[in-house]
Amino acid sequence: MKYTFEMIVLGLGAFLALVGAGFAQDRLFGAHMWVLFFVLLGGTVVLLQRMEFRPAVAGAAPPRSEYFDEVVKYGVIATVFWGVVGFLVGVVVALQLAFPDLNIEPWFNFGRMRPLHTSAVIFAFGGNALIATSFYVVQRTSRARLFGGNLGWFVFWGYQLFIVLAATGYLLGITQSREYAEPEWYVDLWLTIVWVAYLITFLGTILVRKEPHIYVANWFYLAFIVTIAMLHIVNNLAVPVSFLGSKSYSAFSGVQDALTQWWYGHNAVGFFLTAGFLAMMYYFIPKQVNRPIYSYRLSIIHFWALIFMYIWAGPHHLHYTALPDWAQTLGMVFSVMLWMPSWGGMINGLMTLSGAWDKVRTDPIVRMMVMAVAFYGMATFEGPMMSIKTVNSLSHYTDWTIGHVHSGALGWNGLITFGAIYYLVPKLWNRERLYSVRMVNWHFWLATLGIVVYAAVMWVAGIQQGLMWREYDDQGFLVYSFAESVAAMFPYYVLRAVGGGLFLAGALLMAFNVTMTILGRVRDEAPILGAAPAPQAAE
Amino acid sequence: METYTLMRHFADSWGLLAMTLFFLGVVAFIFRPGAKNAADQAASIPLKED
Repeated sequence: MKYTFEMIVLGLGAFLALVGAGFAQDRLFGAHMWVLFFVLLGGTVVLLQRMEFRPAVAGAAPPRSEYFDEVVKYGVIATVFWGVVGFLVGVVVALQLAFPDLNIEPWFNFGRMRPLHTSAVIFAFGGNALIATSFYVVQRTSRARLFGGNLGWFVFWGYQLFIVLAATGYLLGITQSREYAEPEWYVDLWLTIVWVAYLITFLGTILVRKEPHIYVANWFYLAFIVTIAMLHIVNNLAVPVSFLGSKSYSAFSGVQDALTQWWYGHNAVGFFLTAGFLAMMYYFIPKQVNRPIYSYRLSIIHFWALIFMYIWAGPHHLHYTALPDWAQTLGMVFSVMLWMPSWGGMINGLMTLSGAWDKVRTDPIVRMMVMAVAFYGMATFEGPMMSIKTVNSLSHYTDWTIGHVHSGALGWNGLITFGAIYYLVPKLWNRERLYSVRMVNWHFWLATLGIVVYAAVMWVAGIQQGLMWREYDDQGFLVYSFAESVAAMFPYYVLRAVGGGLFLAGALLMAFNVTMTILGRVRDEAPILGAAPAPQAAE
Repeated sequence: METYTLMRHFADSWGLLAMTLFFLGVVAFIFRPGAKNAADQAASIPLKED
């Protein structure tokens, strides 16, 4: 293979990073540019090793397969890898809260490790899962090869570079302190370029499709890609202090800035963690149970209702702040209305199994997907409830919110992604089945138990915290100091780490299972009870 | 009039109306006669191959 162009671009990039390191206006930017330099240099060396100098023989090129699946394979491996990393960092930060001595200054203290955890699980694990599955699904449902040739590779590797720069930046102490958007201006610019390339490959594939209808999963993926582009650009509008420095200032100030951040923050949940993963639900559940979606018309209403309402829900993060009261109420009302499309989608996903409910017992992958949709339903009930101002006055700033986020993220995003990975790996690597189906069952129970422990503990912790903060004595004094409420959290924080540890153990099992499947090994094991093909009754 | 006031008035009058009508239009379109058959065909797209 020849990579002349790619190598020149990478080498040039490495050189520019070196120049950036040399002329850096601050120490942190210099350190970050050194990281970039070594990453790009490493990439150049790898390409150089793969270079073949023999002249290409005409017609010797490997036959082009129907679908571009190589990049999907890389994406699946990256998803598993970043998943394990993200969950591990999550367990570490949970332990740091319980045992403050684990904060290792300056690089590994909680303040730097928390964004590392959130970005690793949302953008590295979730993002790779979305990119990989969207590339897989859009090709299958459009019956067309991925548009743009090697642009798919650029999207994949460009996105990994974004992850590496974001992660190393956090540990170095580079942050613009915007929730879920901590990377500084130059990393944001890079992500914008990658995202535009992603939009071109995805939209291009839809435009050259051979299937007349655009399947609903692609609508959800497209809404995710387009909306994230809009959110990312507006939220990160900022003026850098220097073009060779790591510091920038937001274009907004005060309450406008706060609202922009939560307009971004909540829609990152709505379009990254909901719309994109619903696309997975609408493709992988029908595939795994081998039945069409329960109601296609409901899925279209689900789509339009969801995207029309989600965008207004952000202000519920700013209840009882300087945000105008009408905007808070607007956020609350739209959050409550969101309950309807969310549950419409949940019902649609679950009812797809009607007539095939036995698969929940016999197929651990289906069980995982069903549990994911159940958690989607639970989290989208809890969320609207917490957005009601009176409930929010108790839950705001407490660990209840963290519990809510995790029942959605671990339960819904995590389990549906695991289900998709278990579906994809044997297909992509042409294996008859997974290395071990029983391990999937173990993964399911470890993950589910972990989530239940986590969420239940955080309910108790959050409500106790909220009640302690608002407790007055008869003379109007606060009964508890803030430090007392922190000390009271200790047992819950330890239990949370246990819940997270169970979830991590399940993910490690998945990593092992996926690796063995890729290596072509098959575990000698008894089939799942009842999984033997039973005679089908006539419909 | 201030830009803010102008945009707010637009948002909670014509903007709101346009979006509501679009949404109702989508729902009406989905339940038009013959839509059931088209929807069933669309739903089978993922199951057509591999």
